[in-house]
Amino acid sequence: MEQGVHVEGINFYTGFCVEGHTHAIRKKDKAKPKRNNALWVAETLGIKLHIIDVIEEYKDVLINPKHGYGANMNPCHDCKTFMVHKALEWIEKNDFDFIITGEVVGQRPMSQRKDTMPVIARESGAGDRLLRPLCAKHFEPSLPERENWVKREELLDFHGRSRKPQMALAKQYGFEDYAQPAGGCCFLTDENYSKKLVDLWDARGNKEYEMDDIMLLKVGRHIRPANNFKLIIAREEGEVNFMQGYRNRFISLKTTSHAGPLVLVDGQPDEEDLKLAARIAARFSQGKQADEVEIELSQANGDSELIKVKPMAVSEMPESWYV
Amino acid sequence: MAEYKLDACGLLCPMPVIKTQDRVEELNNGDVLEVQCTDPGALNDVGAWCRINGHKVLEAKQQDELVIIKLEVLR
Repeated sequence: MEQGVHVEGINFYTGFCVEGHTHAIRKKDKAKPKRNNALWVAETLGIKLHIIDVIEEYKDVLINPKHGYGANMNPCHDCKTFMVHKALEWIEKNDFDFIITGEVVGQRPMSQRKDTMPVIARESGAGDRLLRPLCAKHFEPSLPERENWVKREELLDFHGRSRKPQMALAKQYGFEDYAQPAGGCCFLTDENYSKKLVDLWDARGNKEYEMDDIMLLKVGRHIRPANNFKLIIAREEGEVNFMQGYRNRFISLKTTSHAGPLVLVDGQPDEEDLKLAARIAARFSQGKQADEVEIELSQANGDSELIKVKPMAVSEMPESWYV
Repeated sequence: MAEYKLDACGLLCPMPVIKTQDRVEELNNGDVLEVQCTDPGALNDVGAWCRINGHKVLEAKQQDELVIIKLEVLR
């Protein structure tokens, strides 16, 4: 922009973005600013922003990553290639000349290495129409540099994991507040989330997923007593409110004789499974020490019945049930 | 000029913004769109989206769990 280039922003929504959802769910996060950081950054910079829903297309990236996963279920290399490719499609459709990313060579272990960054440019189809201004001097001149659309001498040579150069640059431009100076904006890099995702796939015998699946992996305590069903137990009021919206799609349990969390039952439980689920639900209620707890068992169609169960003792619940 | 409604209840950020963005693309200059959603973050986000893209926010309010943003499409 400083060089007179007209810039617009693109933000891809995969369904796994951390900041978008979590602030709206958990009560403990309510104090955090309720803003979409991509929108906020665009407004701060004074540029237009286009948010693109790639939930469906992203499934193939996650399920079949050509370059594999990172430490968890994060397919960073393939993800970056996919997003640059989608950006390429967008610029071609909207008559833009090149793509800019904020990548820095050596910043991330998979997708921002000296050897992988050219691969991403090539495999995405963007080739030399991909400009990385923060570290451009570490690479051969790109098309916008060769054509003098941008001045190479004014581009930068950042490298390595430190964010200090970016922070100094932000300060130079007068930005006191900025979003996400480091990684961690994707649930797929989270170990606990990844375990839940793998558990879901293992239980179903395939890697298919729907938006509701990946949303519900973000909330509650997940307990799987058997392959055919698991319980999602709300941990606090914000999660209860969020999970209420799923009661018309799942069997749900709620203690009536004692205070207790909302529980959703995912899968294909039989009658005995539901009794077991009710005992587990009772264990997480205020009546966990009681001889008997009354629970409302509701079907997705709204039919419900009251059942009485003995709360499950902690010693009866194997550690392996906790996902 | 016509008035339209968009139900984005139950959707979490940024889906209400994406739904708004996609709906506005189909509307004409001067049309008014009322977006209803339940994600409290949408109160800021839809407003920010409007400011960035040059549309006018006519009203933005929260009634209990319901967030309502009324905007005028400006081309």
